Amino acid sequence: MKDFIIPSKDKGTPAKTGAPVCLTIDGMNITVPEGTSVMRAAAEAGISVPKLCATDMLDAYGSCRLCVVEIEGMRGTPASCTTPVREGMVVKTQTDQLGRLRRGVMELYISDHPLDCLTCAANGDCELQDMAGAVGLRDVRYAKGENHFETRAAEVENPLYIAKDVSNPYFSYDPAKCIVCMRCVRACEEVQGTFALTVEGRGFDARISTGTDDFLNSDCVSCGACVQACPTATLQEKTVEDIGIPEHAVVTTCAYCGVGCSFEAQMRGDQLVRMVPWKEGKANRGHSCVKGRFAWGYANHGDRILNPMIRDAITDPWREVSWDEALAFAAKGIRKAQADHGKDAAGVITSSRCTNEETFLVQKLARAVMSTNNTDTCARVCHSPTGYGLKQTFGTSAGTQDFDSVEQVDCAVVIGANPTDGHPVFASRLRKRMRQGASLIVVDPRRIDLLETAHMGEGLHLPLRPGTNVAVLTALAHVIVTEGLFDEGFIRSRCDWDEWADYAEFAADPAHSPEAVAELTGVPAETLRQAARTYASAPNGAIYYGLGVTEHSQGSTTVIAIANLAMMTGNIGRPGVGVNPLRGQNNVQGSCDMGSFPHELPGYRHVSDDSARAMFEAEWNTTLDPEPGLRIPNMLDAAVSGQFKALYIQGEDILQSDPDTRHVAAGLAAMDCVIVHDLFLNETARYAHVFLPGSTFLEKDGTFTNAERRINPVRRVMAPKAGLADWEATQALANALGADWNYTHPSEIMAEIARTTPSFAGVTYDLLDAQGSIQWPCNEAHPEGSPVMHIDGFVRGKGHFMRTAYVATDERTGPRFPLLLTTGRILSQYNVGAQTRRTENSVWHGEDLLEMHPHDAETRGISDGNWVRLASRAGETSLRVTLTDRVSPGVVYTTFHHPDTQANVVTTDNSDWATNCPEYKVTAVQVALSNGPSDWQELYEAQSELTRQIEPAQ
Amino acid sequence: MSPEKLGHMANQIAMFFESQPGDQARAVADHINANWAPAMRAQFLDGAPEQALHPLVTAALPEIRRPA
Repeated sequence: MKDFIIPSKDKGTPAKTGAPVCLTIDGMNITVPEGTSVMRAAAEAGISVPKLCATDMLDAYGSCRLCVVEIEGMRGTPASCTTPVREGMVVKTQTDQLGRLRRGVMELYISDHPLDCLTCAANGDCELQDMAGAVGLRDVRYAKGENHFETRAAEVENPLYIAKDVSNPYFSYDPAKCIVCMRCVRACEEVQGTFALTVEGRGFDARISTGTDDFLNSDCVSCGACVQACPTATLQEKTVEDIGIPEHAVVTTCAYCGVGCSFEAQMRGDQLVRMVPWKEGKANRGHSCVKGRFAWGYANHGDRILNPMIRDAITDPWREVSWDEALAFAAKGIRKAQADHGKDAAGVITSSRCTNEETFLVQKLARAVMSTNNTDTCARVCHSPTGYGLKQTFGTSAGTQDFDSVEQVDCAVVIGANPTDGHPVFASRLRKRMRQGASLIVVDPRRIDLLETAHMGEGLHLPLRPGTNVAVLTALAHVIVTEGLFDEGFIRSRCDWDEWADYAEFAADPAHSPEAVAELTGVPAETLRQAARTYASAPNGAIYYGLGVTEHSQGSTTVIAIANLAMMTGNIGRPGVGVNPLRGQNNVQGSCDMGSFPHELPGYRHVSDDSARAMFEAEWNTTLDPEPGLRIPNMLDAAVSGQFKALYIQGEDILQSDPDTRHVAAGLAAMDCVIVHDLFLNETARYAHVFLPGSTFLEKDGTFTNAERRINPVRRVMAPKAGLADWEATQALANALGADWNYTHPSEIMAEIARTTPSFAGVTYDLLDAQGSIQWPCNEAHPEGSPVMHIDGFVRGKGHFMRTAYVATDERTGPRFPLLLTTGRILSQYNVGAQTRRTENSVWHGEDLLEMHPHDAETRGISDGNWVRLASRAGETSLRVTLTDRVSPGVVYTTFHHPDTQANVVTTDNSDWATNCPEYKVTAVQVALSNGPSDWQELYEAQSELTRQIEPAQ
Repeated sequence: MSPEKLGHMANQIAMFFESQPGDQARAVADHINANWAPAMRAQFLDGAPEQALHPLVTAALPEIRRPA
């Protein structure tokens, strides 16, 4: 097991940038940037000044008085955390006077703190304990008196004692141990931006409070920032209470969303004790959300399948077998399908949850071993339009910025994304920037939480009707063109001027004016004009978008419209600007980069490109098909019509996540050999003939590539529970099909990727270890990677403007289906919920609810909490309703985290014109009162029982 | 795959390219050739006569590569 961690000392106050300042601390000369605190300067010089309320994640506060120092020429003993350095300063951090003062301060702290150190959960990891040692405290002279920690005092109940709050499933709050350093309150404000914590009372009466009864019922979002900031056991992870403090740590990458946060997996042997966000992580800068920080219990959940299983028919019970037997059975099924129905009767689906190396192998398995380009990935159903749109306009399918770029944004445009729920750590970084004055424009049918961020000015909300993205964005372009707000210099130097002239003429058409489209889109013309002016006039305007852009019949056109807006305003090619797709899953970017799509080899090179194919043919010693393969929806269509018979699915649950569940079920049922490779018997597995047990991100080495093109290392901290890491299982399947693969470590797969894919040419595991992470392109021109793309020119040469005509979706409302359903995510659950539903996150979200405007509810006689029937042209399901004015009248909204809700029974098989990305975000529906689950749900539940039996062990 | 669905998909592609400058029929054919598997193209071409196709799709038909 590789122990990999760079110890990161807490330097007390945040790093600054500024002109160099030289000073002397304890006789040592040190040079630091202007604005740095004396405390941090001392830390840079290797000197630790005692501290309690200071931590380098937070601005200095100066309350504990432990960090006092003596500075020549200054009166008294200033706090080193709040005193900035000055040229020529002479500082002493240890003198007799300072020692006395610090001991006095410590004595006061300890006089109101329980001395149960030996049995305390933070024993060995407590800064109060450390500081008592550091200042040499030997005695507490104060007599027993009023205090906050004794349950009873002088034979009566202690009125100041507050019992421990254990309501949060992941951490406890014990007021008896609190020293009121305010770190938790400040972390909640400065790092997370939720403002859930405050302080009540003053002086001795000061208590930390959520303002409600307990943590669970407060505004707290369980990001863990306060727990991390707490210097004592006051806020403590329950796993540490249960297990004890960790003894080693390994840096790795979260396996949830596309932010790709770096974490220390803190271990005791091969047992995970806690995940703590890594301060050096460049995506998250030491912050986390409830999922990455706490919701990893699924890795040890009893539902995990740890043995391979096979069966001849899906109604048979599963039979546990050896890996060899399962792989031989799977290989036979694939070969039979190909022998009977042609080589293209089989295919694979790679996972955006698995590593780059695993994804690369799965598509290689299809192309080189199964001789077919039938490979696709779950990015098909989320960001495939990003691939098409950005490749057409900029030349490559990737976000243009790093996440640090948000610190320089002046106007953030968030389109079809809900970052506080879907990408929480990015949302915290954006909100921090908004509190500094950046403006916000939200284009979304729903009033998202970002609009309600504390201490920001008015955010502009464009509450458009689902399905009218292109009309709204083209109207923004109309205002920018007709009001002359475009950046002519940028367009002339960086884009094709003739194409711009054509686009400008198109956008200037009065039919695209905000006034002309207001009725269609539901966005008031004046709001839209104001939004266009705000974005175009901001020094740095950045667009962040999510699946509310891509999952439409015009998803690709919308991405093109976004790229057009960024180009015409010159918002490309420097920090603080850009076009930033927020990727749903941890490795969506990576799975696309690795050639998962049926028409593209790794590095986005079309399969018809002879030179790209020749490179892989030489590397793999085989011949590759120059024709594109089938995409996921096409595979299912082909299966229904009897031409597609065998499918290997790694880490994706298409039956729950893909639209029009009945159609997916029919496609799967028509196949003869479905191989599901997953952690759990997921929904898709009910139609499977082979189940290969998967490994979690804790059980394997590899890399994930996040939304900012950052290749982040994933490091194995425990052995694979099922015996093989996923890349080993794929290799074994390939070999069962006759290949001769001999990879002994994922670094060898990365070396193959680097040899064959120009944008990864410089990527090695050694460089990843040395730098922590790498943003592609990483090659001879960019040996350390590329935080910002298109700096001197677009990847394709000149930026390409394309016309963006609005075409209405086929999914129309009418008398039978008068409402529009749109879907999304909630903070505590993730995607189909396979992981998060198997954690205590379910206390926050136990079922999917239908959000409905009270007006629509009233006309239907529906009250809050009623069971309702949700019906579309594709199907119907039942769920409970919650009334809210977050959605406009005429729009309803739900999540799809729970399989029994079956939200995708309702979504249709409409899709994006260019990529077949499903139109999840617009479904015409009707809602009516109901008594409970629909017939389909009951049937599904019955079938669930039938197809999930496992034969008892012999 | 059903010829109706393939026809529908082709019509959607045409509706994007009908607003673009340049050779629109060529663009429709290029998009289909680059993204549709050979079996899809063959079935589409076989079923095309019975489908209600966008004029641009009809114009693109000769340029859509029929697999060998």
